[in-house]
Amino acid sequence: MKKLMLSLAVNGQVYDVAAFPHRTLLEVLRDDIGLTGTKRGCDDGDCGACTVLLDGLPVTSCLVLAVDAVEKTITTIEGLATAGQLHPMQQAFIEHGALQCGFCTPGLIVTAKQLLEEKPDSSDEEIRAGLAGNLCRCTGYVQILAAVAACRDGQLAGQTEAP
Amino acid sequence: MYPFEYIEPSTLPEAVAALAEHGPDAVALAGGTDLLVMMRADTIRPKVVVNIKRIPGLSGIAATNGDVRVGALTLVRDIEKSPVLRARAPALSEAARWLGSVQIRHLATIGGNLCRAAPSAEMAPTLLALGARLHLVGVQGQRVVPVEDFFLGPGRTVLQPGEILVEISLDGLAPRSGSTYLRHSIRPLMDLALVNVAAYLALDAAGTITEARIALGAVAPTPIRARAAEAELCGHTADPALFERATEAAVAAARPISDVRSTAVYRSRMVRLLTQRALAQTLAAAQNGHVQ
Repeated sequence: MKKLMLSLAVNGQVYDVAAFPHRTLLEVLRDDIGLTGTKRGCDDGDCGACTVLLDGLPVTSCLVLAVDAVEKTITTIEGLATAGQLHPMQQAFIEHGALQCGFCTPGLIVTAKQLLEEKPDSSDEEIRAGLAGNLCRCTGYVQILAAVAACRDGQLAGQTEAP
Repeated sequence: MYPFEYIEPSTLPEAVAALAEHGPDAVALAGGTDLLVMMRADTIRPKVVVNIKRIPGLSGIAATNGDVRVGALTLVRDIEKSPVLRARAPALSEAARWLGSVQIRHLATIGGNLCRAAPSAEMAPTLLALGARLHLVGVQGQRVVPVEDFFLGPGRTVLQPGEILVEISLDGLAPRSGSTYLRHSIRPLMDLALVNVAAYLALDAAGTITEARIALGAVAPTPIRARAAEAELCGHTADPALFERATEAAVAAARPISDVRSTAVYRSRMVRLLTQRALAQTLAAAQNGHVQ
């Protein structure tokens, strides 16, 4: 076994990483590239904490080999804010208190962002179904669903600067 | 996960050769949503992983006048959303909707779902009900296997070492035919089916049933056809007594077991309920053309 030289395009930047083929995209994002916003929850594809956008579509990065992400674009939670401004979905989660411990939040936000981009007029039921793969053990989901609905309806108070 | 040798063929013959050369030491990687979980749990420890996803031409949905062809590496999410399948095989799109989360459906492939050969495989019953054909390519060349002959047992298929499922083809719904997929699980989403049922009915101009197929999942070592139930239906005009006899035959065809997810008795009752509903819905779909 030898390491492979992988070129990964993450949040608009190319990272060259030497990694064994059995390393997952999640591991390489966190441990090699240092983008720790993407969380390792179940490491089994059930919890959604590790969700990133691969070629614009939400996937569980614990079930993707890093080598399989070569020649694709990867967007993590760190890539959502632009020019010092949070993405509206991030803003919505803050305004609605849609997080407590925050562990599920990055996965939920990237999943919800793509859900509304694909179908801006998603019904409440479609939002629930679309977020079924993101588990939150703190909030009971009520504020999360309110945040996504507010983002859909354009009902956000104002912009918070990105940290 | 234990280390492995990684091979990324760019052509089908290369992939077949690599899989054939390494035999039981090798696995083919498609969506990986089951494979990586099993490798991490050390349920399997392959020495060689052959990633077949960089081979061109193995994904996509195409319809001709006669049949619909679905590449084995087509994402389950694309099956769910495909306008072609929604028109020509709506029950297949419906089945795709129930497979895992949207994140999983963006990775999982229809071919992977079949090759995993889970008794509850979400895509299997509808393909059995639609009489789908599986196109396999191996060292000996190509062969076509009816989907109902593909499964041998849990996790086991007729695939030979080096053989790859490349395409699924099926006859799209004709006028006066319909199909339905129904499934039951404890949680409505993110849960394997305790029982899944698919039905297909074709009627003639007088309303007589000319073709019937009923497929049951998670109630036998493989997804199965309920042939005695189908025989009850063919050549008759639909009525409640006829559907009741067919439902009884479907229940008799099921050989469910009790496990952590359900008891055998409960599964049998769900076969009855889902078959009743599937036949009623399929008849309505057939009478209304083929749009569900």
